[in-house]
Amino acid sequence: MHLLAPETSKDRSFWTEAPDGAAVHKFSPDQSSTQPSPTALLALAPSMDHLDALEAQSIYIFREAFARLKKLALLWSLGKDSNVMIWLARKAFFGHMPFPALHVDTGKKFPEMYAFRDRYGKEWQLDLRIEPCPPLETIDPTLPPAARSAARKTEGLKLALAKYGFDGLVAGIRRDEEATRAKERVFSPRGTEGGWDVRDQPPEFWDQFNASPPPGAHLRIHPILHWTEADIWAYTKRENIPIIPLYLANGGKRYRSLGDRDITNPVVSNAASIEEILIELDGTKVPERSGRALDHETEDAFERLRVAGYL
Amino acid sequence: MLVPTSISATPNGTTRPQVRIVIVGHVDHGKSTLVGRLLHETGSLPEGKLEMLKAVSARRGMPFEWSFLLDALQTERDQGITIDTTQIRFRTGSRDIVLIDAPGHAEFLRNMITGASQADGAVLIIDALEGVRDQTRRHGYLLHLLGVKQVAVVVNKMDRVDFSADRFNEISDEISAHLTDLGVTPTAVIPISARDGDGVAERTPRTRWYQGPTVVEALDALEPARPLEALALRLPVQAIYKFDDRRIVAGRIESGHLAAGDEIVIMPAGKIAKIKTVESWPLTPVQGKQGAGRSVGITLDRELFVERGDVISHTGASPRDTRRLRARIFWLHDKPLANGEQILVRLGTRESRATVVRIEKAVDPGELSSIENESIAKNHVGEIDISLAQPIAADSYSDNPRTGRLVIEVAGRIAGGGLVLSVDAGQRAVPIDIVPAESALRPDERSARYRHNGAVVWLTGLPGSGKSTLARALERRLFGNGGSPILLDGDTLRAGLNGDLGFSAADRTENIRRLAEVATHLARNGHIAIVAAVSPSREDRAAARRIADTAFREVYVATPAEVCESRDPKGHYAKARAGALKAFTGIGNDYQPPASSELTIDTSARSVSDAADEIERMLAKTGILFDELVDLAANI
Repeated sequence: MHLLAPETSKDRSFWTEAPDGAAVHKFSPDQSSTQPSPTALLALAPSMDHLDALEAQSIYIFREAFARLKKLALLWSLGKDSNVMIWLARKAFFGHMPFPALHVDTGKKFPEMYAFRDRYGKEWQLDLRIEPCPPLETIDPTLPPAARSAARKTEGLKLALAKYGFDGLVAGIRRDEEATRAKERVFSPRGTEGGWDVRDQPPEFWDQFNASPPPGAHLRIHPILHWTEADIWAYTKRENIPIIPLYLANGGKRYRSLGDRDITNPVVSNAASIEEILIELDGTKVPERSGRALDHETEDAFERLRVAGYL
Repeated sequence: MLVPTSISATPNGTTRPQVRIVIVGHVDHGKSTLVGRLLHETGSLPEGKLEMLKAVSARRGMPFEWSFLLDALQTERDQGITIDTTQIRFRTGSRDIVLIDAPGHAEFLRNMITGASQADGAVLIIDALEGVRDQTRRHGYLLHLLGVKQVAVVVNKMDRVDFSADRFNEISDEISAHLTDLGVTPTAVIPISARDGDGVAERTPRTRWYQGPTVVEALDALEPARPLEALALRLPVQAIYKFDDRRIVAGRIESGHLAAGDEIVIMPAGKIAKIKTVESWPLTPVQGKQGAGRSVGITLDRELFVERGDVISHTGASPRDTRRLRARIFWLHDKPLANGEQILVRLGTRESRATVVRIEKAVDPGELSSIENESIAKNHVGEIDISLAQPIAADSYSDNPRTGRLVIEVAGRIAGGGLVLSVDAGQRAVPIDIVPAESALRPDERSARYRHNGAVVWLTGLPGSGKSTLARALERRLFGNGGSPILLDGDTLRAGLNGDLGFSAADRTENIRRLAEVATHLARNGHIAIVAAVSPSREDRAAARRIADTAFREVYVATPAEVCESRDPKGHYAKARAGALKAFTGIGNDYQPPASSELTIDTSARSVSDAADEIERMLAKTGILFDELVDLAANI
């Protein structure tokens, strides 16, 4: 819905209103009788648009996480959201990402995703850690098939946590993705098993975050929780962030969300560019994750996975 | 989380303000029903969602309820209450609304606060049948404390009172009075039936007596929060980065704006510098002004000690540096907040240990009766004075809403929060043209060497009670352990610094003030100032405690008067008895013994060495002398 159409840049009011008039009063009387010089006007702060505001908030969250936790890692799923996150981290830390990018690998991603990982892991100078998931046979057989397959990631994540001892994991979830995610905090404590206690979440307000997980637990940090799918695309376009081509329509279909090959389906679409994706999103009422099989298997499959530590 | 200015762009190129709202009120007064109805009326439901939920209801053998739309969690459906903040988006005529559904169950007040703290405006919902309830009042009060100024009141379930205008007016008057008392003026009071749809998006004949806006119209009139560009610059420091050859001070501009070349002051230390560059990535450096809401990084023109928690402002418009605050807070922790409690305060990016030194006007905002001054119970509000372990930079909320609010943490978890009513609790202001030079050493550098924190050990008692003897013994003891004690003897200082002062009440007060100021300066620099002074006036000693604040340790040397007189080391008692010494404390009975000193010692009953031991133990117990065991435990 927050479509950044090409003509929007014209609409951006470039000058602040200078509400206190202070900036205006700086001109001496003889200058004020003529037009202020362009350089004098440039001294006013440009106002922030919607994407600027989202970006500033995410940067603030990244810096808080880095300041308050000892051992952070960013969960890189290779998708559009986590690519935006890496971009934001590099903005927050002036070109660097001062903690590892963790890819919990099911081994079942699309070849285009692996190619993307290998290229940008190097190009963005990431400290990339690739951790494989355990075999499917070790996962709870009472879960429906797609949920079970996806729950392998939970186990892979637990293994990575045990191996490196991260106390904070940066994850690219958004409130608008799915109703249960709407209940997330920005800093969200997880139990030793990675579990999420929905009922016992501490209050979080005024950008003051609960950053002291109990011993053995870790924190999930959600820097783009307040973004929407359209925000992600508009920002990706504005910042020229590279994307995996599977997101763009090919033969009348495209992927809105990328997961494992066997449980992710494309949607019908002719959107072959980010601009077209944004126009498409503005008119749609179909949930983003509708291409993900697991959400529809049972009423509570998604919530069961959340509680178990699945993202 | 507060996302500042929000203009979202639409395909036709117009910009629509984004407004974040919260719906609050008593449990079962119809919040979820209203949300479900709003989503339907504004055409915002995902395809198939309504049908899916109707099918689920049928399968469970329950009639469909609008509130089911929000009950996405299995647990909620089981209990029939919504348990946390949900964010849902829809559009009115000219606004993009982000709706935060905050629950009404009393147990989940912390969730209501989490949601409402992010809102530009609020809808307070009241059941027409039940009327204003305690949770209605409580939520109204919290909206005020959270700084939410735009509040629309909705009187729901009008169908249950036959759309009675009288009943509506009764409720409208009661809630309007409550909100107005808090300084909140309702933007509208709207009669509706969320279940049937009256008053939500359309006026129906059943409320023809009502002339005001519908809920959708009221939402359409809300204004988004704006970044605080018009206020003075406040840049709380998040971190200092040295990833490359740049030393970047990073933070978010909470108010005002900055640019390269600006002269700034770093508070609370008061150090002055100029902004050399404003850094950014991938482009750097940035030209021009950066305004409130931006996350920025700056470099300075000189090497200064800057740390997380400092606040950068422009010279001449800096926040106050203080160790004492008064705040109006809400309390969310199971254990009540009691007077004397040790807490952790977070204000901006600064964290500081602190002590609650006074509690007033503690009350349940739902009842607003039985005010108490001892503790603040869970879900109650109150005013507290906080004494901070270190100086911090702060504003009052009325001066700057962003740097004038704080949260309180207990055991690593946010337990409350509130607005700063005043900074320094009535103590004198520091003239802004005085810029104190800071020591080159940080307090922790000294304390690491001395193995103690700075302190003012204030020995009070009658002449001849043994203060000076004890002070000297303590000085020797602390020095022998590698510490840095400094003796400030009342008589010795009267010979020089206080040579202009006599023994009138006013001069005695000034004498004590100077002693306290000098001692506090030493304590702030890591020394233990041992003050030996009769200091007979309770009020003067209280003033000394205010100056030294958390560093103050009062020792009452309570040797009986007749023992003091028999000792008479300086021959004062004899002179006074002979009438040669006027205004001598001891004979005249004008000594006011302390009511609550940290320690009381009768030197007639114990040796000097025992008494010094006891003072040492008190200093260790109250955090001045480092205890190796405690140190070790803190590192575990």
